[in-house]
Amino acid sequence: MSEPTSTAGTPVPETPTAGTSIPSASTRGKPTRGAFRPLRAALCFGARPLRAALWLAVLAVAVAVPFYLEGFWLQAGLFAMSAAIGAIGINLLTGATGQLSLGHAFFLAVGAYSYVSLSSDLGLPTPLAAVAAVIVAGVSGGLFSPIAGRLKGAYLGIATLALIFVGQHILFNAEPVTGGFNGRPVPPMELFGLVFADTPELVVLNVPFGSLERLWFLGIALLAGAAVFARGVLRGRPGLAMNTIRDHEIAAGVMGVPVARYRAGVFVLSSMYGGLAGVLVALVFQQVVPDYFGMLLSLDYLATIVIGGLGSVAGAVVGAAFVSLLPQLLTRYSDALPLVAEPGSGGVSPAEAARILYGAAVVAVVLFLPGGLVGLATRLGRVRLKELRWAKSAPAPASRR
Amino acid sequence: MAVFLELLVNGISVGAVYALIALGFVVIFKATEVVNFTHASLLLAGGYVIARLHPLIGFWAALAAGIAAAALVGALVEFLILRRAHVGSRGVLAIVTIGVDILLTTELTRRIGTEVLALGDPWGDRVLRLGPVTVAETRVVALAVAATLIVAFLLAFKFTGWGVAMRAAAEDAETAALMGVRLGRVSLSAWAVAGALAAVAAMFLCVFPTPGLDRGTAAAAMKAFPAAILGGLDSTTGALAGGLIVGVTETLMSGYQSELAFLGRGIGDAAPFLVMIVILLLRPSGLFGTKEPARV
Repeated sequence: MSEPTSTAGTPVPETPTAGTSIPSASTRGKPTRGAFRPLRAALCFGARPLRAALWLAVLAVAVAVPFYLEGFWLQAGLFAMSAAIGAIGINLLTGATGQLSLGHAFFLAVGAYSYVSLSSDLGLPTPLAAVAAVIVAGVSGGLFSPIAGRLKGAYLGIATLALIFVGQHILFNAEPVTGGFNGRPVPPMELFGLVFADTPELVVLNVPFGSLERLWFLGIALLAGAAVFARGVLRGRPGLAMNTIRDHEIAAGVMGVPVARYRAGVFVLSSMYGGLAGVLVALVFQQVVPDYFGMLLSLDYLATIVIGGLGSVAGAVVGAAFVSLLPQLLTRYSDALPLVAEPGSGGVSPAEAARILYGAAVVAVVLFLPGGLVGLATRLGRVRLKELRWAKSAPAPASRR
Repeated sequence: MAVFLELLVNGISVGAVYALIALGFVVIFKATEVVNFTHASLLLAGGYVIARLHPLIGFWAALAAGIAAAALVGALVEFLILRRAHVGSRGVLAIVTIGVDILLTTELTRRIGTEVLALGDPWGDRVLRLGPVTVAETRVVALAVAATLIVAFLLAFKFTGWGVAMRAAAEDAETAALMGVRLGRVSLSAWAVAGALAAVAAMFLCVFPTPGLDRGTAAAAMKAFPAAILGGLDSTTGALAGGLIVGVTETLMSGYQSELAFLGRGIGDAAPFLVMIVILLLRPSGLFGTKEPARV
């Protein structure tokens, strides 16, 4: 860590802790603070409204999208939202708690099929069926908890392979419930009299609102709720406990964190997120088929959180956008792109190109971008902020790993 | 009874092949503590090279080339990627191997396409009759080769300098390094050996009675994962036992499918995983795995 050149001209003030090699955070730069109090105050006051304005802008764009973009983009966006919800769940488990799961696709399947079965077979009202589907996914995660609580890390990853293979077996064979190979049609959601389907017709501001436009808003609401909840979990005591388990299991236990119970609990929570993602993806697809919920989907989710950034909500969302939009973009623009051929023409198909790209992205991120895309963004932001601070005030913080 | 014996013999020989794969998996885990999800694609790579080269240079040369190629791919993955990834936890390294697996498997299955590639092995579809029991010759060879390789490997593990270095690194990497064990070489050789074993296993997974190498072969290789984990991830004996358990369970369940119709079609594919769950419920660290000493 070298001294920044910008402070060379200003006299470096003697701090009371000059004798120790590492200045503590509380004394860092204190003497000069007075001179820049107005600026700092402005920055601190400015930050909150700025952030609020940013979120308002994001919300405005999200609301405006269905009025301007065509069906393809809406569908791609909805897949990305579903993927984001699922990815938040697995990031709680893998990123924050350090437990690998290859069985996430299974919980998506449980959510999707439970929704279909509960609303079609038992005749539950669809919103109730959706909630119940999420609960069923949580319960099935809980049934796995004797294993999820005891095994750690990659060990659990292999054990959860069982969920995929056994799950596929059930999906193909339990035909009365799952419809077997061909799957089942998904009944549209009906919320407060609004049906999330193409009929009855609905026109808002001269834009015909079909199922995708309507689902878009449902997706936004679900994603926002899922993100806020996960953020709360991560920022509160549970998040601290989870990170401690990830970083040092024994230390966590010594400090009074019930490790096994936490592992099992996070597994249940993550499977509920998986279930919710499954419900949303079923609503978008309008047909559930067993093939979709295979091994590859689980691998996609792990790639997602590594690319986006392990352990954070933002990482899951960014990664989901990357991994789920990439194949669709490549498919749409395959004729304009070099090296990507039309599906079936013998060359690299868009889906394969996308898989190769994000497989490579996983490797590249781990080698060169620890922290993922979100880590990169925050690092860039932090560098800029630090330059600002260095230019304005204070010696550089010397204690940085 | 004859049916049962036949299934049992077949199961044991398939199990021996799974044991080969699981052994490579365990060796990597012992040497580097990385759970290697690339294993299925190493296997696919070896099988692919054999399938493509055998019309040109004959089966045996192709087999050697396939083994060399898979070993090389394994070593390259270690040398180019895992060695250079500075991450806090082994779990992240496991995800890296998943990324590599996605890359390799996608490219290889794209090259294989919808074809079923024959490997041109000399055994063909000949069968051996031992009294009432009929076994494919390939299965007998598989059993013999796998047993030989495993024994050779265990002996090397015990008596050669390489084996001692590997065991020392597995026991305590830091101390081993201080004693002059070159950890880089240990993990490189572990990956190469695992690749080579996977290529041999690929050959046996793709010959008669299997039609050949196709895109489903990687899925078959997945069954080595439960084999490795139910035996205990850090135990070579466990890999053997696990492989045999998985092989026998799978073959018996598939063989008696019609009697087990209530379990649904294709129960043979899911059975190894069910057995794994049951064993993990009883013994979370596998049959022969070392228990974590920590208890808080």
